[in-house]
Amino acid sequence: MKVSLFLTCLADAAYPADVGRSTVEVLERLGCEIDFPKNQTCCGQPAYNSGFHRETRDVAKHMIRTFEHADYIVSPSGSCVAMLKEYPHLFEDDPEWIGRAKKLADKSYELTQFIVNVLEVEDVGAEFEGKVTYHTSCHMTRLLGEREAPMKLLKNVKGLNFTELPNKQQCCGFGGTFSVKMLPISEQMVDEKVQHIEETNADILIGADLGCLMNIGGRIDRQGKSVKVMHIAEILNSQK
Amino acid sequence: MGVKISNEKFFDRVDKGIKDTFMRKAVSEAQSRLEGRKIEVTEELGNWEDWRDLSEEIRQHTLENLDYYLEQFARNVAKQGGHVFFAGNAEEANDYITSVVKKKNAKNIVKSKSMVTEEIGMNEALEEIGCNVVESDLGEWILQLDDHDPPSHIVVPALHKNKEQIRETFNKKRQYDKTSDPDELAKFARQELRKDFLAAEVGITGCNFAVAESGSVSLVTNEGNARLATTLPETQITVMGMERIVPTWKELDILVTMLCRSAVGQKLTSYITGLTATKEQGDVDGPEEFHVVIVDNGRSKILGTKFQSALQCIRCAACINVCPVYRHVGGHSYGSIYPGPIGAVLTPLLEGYEDYKELPFASSLCAACTDACPVKIPLHEQLVEHRRIIVEQEGKSSFGEKLAMKGYAFGASTPSLYQMGIKGAPTFINTIAGKDGDGKGAGPIKLWTDIRNLPKSTGQSFRKWYNNREKGGND
Ligand code: SF4
Repeated sequence: MKVSLFLTCLADAAYPADVGRSTVEVLERLGCEIDFPKNQTCCGQPAYNSGFHRETRDVAKHMIRTFEHADYIVSPSGSCVAMLKEYPHLFEDDPEWIGRAKKLADKSYELTQFIVNVLEVEDVGAEFEGKVTYHTSCHMTRLLGEREAPMKLLKNVKGLNFTELPNKQQCCGFGGTFSVKMLPISEQMVDEKVQHIEETNADILIGADLGCLMNIGGRIDRQGKSVKVMHIAEILNSQK
Repeated sequence: MGVKISNEKFFDRVDKGIKDTFMRKAVSEAQSRLEGRKIEVTEELGNWEDWRDLSEEIRQHTLENLDYYLEQFARNVAKQGGHVFFAGNAEEANDYITSVVKKKNAKNIVKSKSMVTEEIGMNEALEEIGCNVVESDLGEWILQLDDHDPPSHIVVPALHKNKEQIRETFNKKRQYDKTSDPDELAKFARQELRKDFLAAEVGITGCNFAVAESGSVSLVTNEGNARLATTLPETQITVMGMERIVPTWKELDILVTMLCRSAVGQKLTSYITGLTATKEQGDVDGPEEFHVVIVDNGRSKILGTKFQSALQCIRCAACINVCPVYRHVGGHSYGSIYPGPIGAVLTPLLEGYEDYKELPFASSLCAACTDACPVKIPLHEQLVEHRRIIVEQEGKSSFGEKLAMKGYAFGASTPSLYQMGIKGAPTFINTIAGKDGDGKGAGPIKLWTDIRNLPKSTGQSFRKWYNNREKGGND
């Protein structure tokens, strides 16, 4: 099965290779052939959520062209995939683009969603020793509607000592530009999240969205705390 | 009172809210309690999503045929001797209400809880003509006693106050000398209010749902105050937003259950009152004169727009009870009598963007509200739509932001530029992040690093790794 990877701009620009590399390796281990369209950029969410929809359409058109050849688009971010699925709304009044936008939306999957629902695999054969908890991410659960796939996969990772995060459904306060535009509010939200993470006594917080992880991890670092954040792709790619 | 409750700037209000530890504790406890109870009763009901679909359908259908049902309702009220007045705006509504009160020579008015009367500033209009208006909902009464402290929640208006603060208010204003035990406080309020009920010549109520087929109004309370307000005074005036209507009792049945479950986590509240027309011969109580004021005040402008579904709202506050922003800043920070997610959607629609342009941005778009809403209003999408209008039509974004977004869009649709950007990114981030990721850059990055570190970008980029591998190199 040929899979086109949409890395997302955060994994592309703000982080070292780990998340993308783990995504590629996990998918290859499951028999997928990876295609990485080099012209890919960003899903457009920063502009979209800020109200700049004309600008978002330019970005969306570029992404549609870039991934038009793909059979499946897989991305290690629930939030960015939710944005790809938003494209048809952007082109509601544009008969030329709406069909193309729909096609893109229909073939886009978040990584864990793709593994569980398309590849129909729940045990990727990973092994990882550690005391962990998991942050569910609002866009993954509520916008994309994917509430189960990450947990199904994590359950089968050998060695994980898992504690559920209290108030796990609560937002971490990232929200893209919200994190800076509404800084004082975002700060309260992320602090509450960090407090809940500490209540679990976990050493590692796993998440499936780099936006949330950058926010929570950045706050944990600033407070000099020792909890580490890791993307779920890195956990699924861990082997003994 | 009107919709607007503060002249302070948005961020000053937020700052005040965040620093009010008493309020925040009260809000967060109330949220947990209300949300927890809601989850219990919806699980017990079963098929919650189907009930939501059905409720959405009922509300959509009603709004699409609003003129028909309003007409039917008005006809049925009139047939039974009631009076209906359609008010285009707040002023018209208040003029009508004050004229009824004047005609009755009434001085003492008792009210049950109603958001729309707050919206139109009815109390002030009545006080201006010399009336004594008493709120009979316990929460509203507390706020009224406390020098008209504005409500901070649409179902539990005094949510921001704890029992100690309430005791203090009672003591200061009514020489209450007992403890802050909630039962004792409530008992005192009941005794005080009883006098007002008996003295009132006019009772004014809101309306949870009006039933078109029978010309009835229904009121949902836990205190029974609406029942007293509609049975003791000779004249009853019901004030309702024009969207607050259902076709028949069958739909009312469904929506009332959804309302009680979503609002307070009860299967039904203690009192659900249905009122049709005036007192008939042989009735022991009920009003002799009955008026319904149907208020537009900006609502019909919303019909037919992308915001139409906001009028589906049944004012249950479920969206407020799950909102993390509301949790930390409290209701007063919104600057409107309608706080929380529905407030951030509704307030700019009713009052314009000028005073409320920050509200749609005061959301992380986590969509907890949309998930909680029993009538499936896509609240977070409507917040984005507000943002779009603020940027594209109102031109209210800053020059710097416009420029940044143009630059972003150009970069993100031009691969060569984008790749140049991301190649520079790790170095860029490292430079501004400083060795430990806590350096201060400029603009959004400065704000980000005010409270958080940036990721430490060590090691090679994905693209480099991928290219190497493609070339057959080892990683
Ligand atoms: S928007 Fe929905 S959840 Fe919020 S108050 Fe209205 S009906 Fe309730």
